[in-house]
Amino acid sequence: MKNPWRADFPQLKPGRTYLDSAAMSLKPQSVIDAVTGYYRDLSVNIHRSLYEESLTATNLYEAARREVATLINADSDEIVFTRGATDALNLVASAYGKFLGPGDEIITSELEHHSSYLPWRQVAEATGASLRFIPLTETGRITLEGFISVLTAKTKVVALTHVSNVMGYLTPIQPIIDLARSQGAITVIDCAQSIYSEALDVRMLGVDFLAFSGHKMLGPTGIGVLFGRRQLLNQLDPVAFGGDMNDFVTKTEVVWKDAPYRFEAGTMPVASAIGLGEAVRYLKRVGLEAIDRHIKQLYRFTYAQLKKLEGLSIYNPDTDKGIITFNLTGVPSHDAVSYYAEQGVMLRSGHHCAQLVSGFLGIDSSLRASFHLYSDYEDADRFLQVTREAIAFFRKLGF
Amino acid sequence: MAQLENLYREIILEHFKHPRNKGLLDVSGARSYRYKNPSCGDDVTIQTKVEAGHVVLCRHEGTGCSICCASASVLTETMLGLPVAKAEKTAKAYVAMVRNEPFDEDVDLGEAEVFQGVRLFPARTKCASIAWLAFLETIKEDE
Repeated sequence: MKNPWRADFPQLKPGRTYLDSAAMSLKPQSVIDAVTGYYRDLSVNIHRSLYEESLTATNLYEAARREVATLINADSDEIVFTRGATDALNLVASAYGKFLGPGDEIITSELEHHSSYLPWRQVAEATGASLRFIPLTETGRITLEGFISVLTAKTKVVALTHVSNVMGYLTPIQPIIDLARSQGAITVIDCAQSIYSEALDVRMLGVDFLAFSGHKMLGPTGIGVLFGRRQLLNQLDPVAFGGDMNDFVTKTEVVWKDAPYRFEAGTMPVASAIGLGEAVRYLKRVGLEAIDRHIKQLYRFTYAQLKKLEGLSIYNPDTDKGIITFNLTGVPSHDAVSYYAEQGVMLRSGHHCAQLVSGFLGIDSSLRASFHLYSDYEDADRFLQVTREAIAFFRKLGF
Repeated sequence: MAQLENLYREIILEHFKHPRNKGLLDVSGARSYRYKNPSCGDDVTIQTKVEAGHVVLCRHEGTGCSICCASASVLTETMLGLPVAKAEKTAKAYVAMVRNEPFDEDVDLGEAEVFQGVRLFPARTKCASIAWLAFLETIKEDE
């Protein structure tokens, strides 16, 4: 069956098998055109000037914000453009962390990417608040029961991943957010891995903050999003100061703009934001459900064959999102990934910026293969073939 | 597959499977340095003791890929007994070699010569060098 979207991605080349989409998605031609179109035809600043090109650029930038807003059923002024999910999560921690103090508790988990965990670890150190880790199930899942066991009246912040970038597990965020709210805690959800294949409705979820990156959702690098509830965003002080984020500046007084602009100091990555808007349009055309279904089909096809091979361990056989994390038995992941690389199969090795997960699994590092909407059965076949060869290669060497 | 096969030479595999001088010792006067490459999981500590200007103890501990572990093992055998000045020269020549930079070819690298295959794999340069860089830290003059 031919993949109908594959031709939209000019990066895909014969003989190259890209299975590192959980780190970075490829970009469709329409996104590339939007970015280069801005540079070619406009290349001027936004929000500041009254000539036609600047107004056009401003319109494109704000249209991108609206595209993102409608994707998650938010209002435009609740969408803050950032450098990426990392930047967005740091923004919340820096701005909201000030309200915490000794005795307060922050709930997090061992499944977190460092960008979800480390900002709150810093907040805990600076304020005297303490971190509580949700006890994971035997296979490493976050469950509602686990969450309840650490939720107390002292909980002020719940910072969790929606989909683990290592295990591909989907966190049951709806009941977690409901319970957190009933305790008066704010919720911060890292949606970097879920945004392109999971429909999110911030109104229905009742979530306070939500973060994601452009570069995992077919968009450019250097752009990401922080969603925050309007009322909360406007209670927060800016964390970066400069041009365009204030209404009024004198020697004695400063008035910040309302959100989102108070958080967008200086010249923003205009081209990347416009490219992200185009990526969202592309995702909407394809449909998140179709993407999810496609990734799951490819995953099931691959996993069914992979699990039959002797000489490897799969750490997340019950993944929800088509991420395969594994090791070849007795072969350090860096040795293995070199073999795949030489055969044109692009995987990730290491701890995937989520070292707490490696700790939970009791391993130093692992290999990760991940699919996206442009992946196809040829990619899966090639991956399986090279895996068989790799096992034989390292076995012959006596690993 | 010729290339990658060239990297995994017999001596390298032998040191990976049967590392020499592995495990740190509780001895006075020894210095240790830990070097990590978080992107791939290499994590190596080198322990060195210098007496009367000579390396009298050189051990390693850690986890990582075969190239990293084997190069740590070869390092310890290469350095044991060398005068410190020569040890430093040797380590620097080795690091330059695996980085594919010009290096003093008069330096006798002994078994460590086998790692010159790494030059064809720029992504593995770090694996092959971190134990040796850690060693250089352990013999640095006190500031």
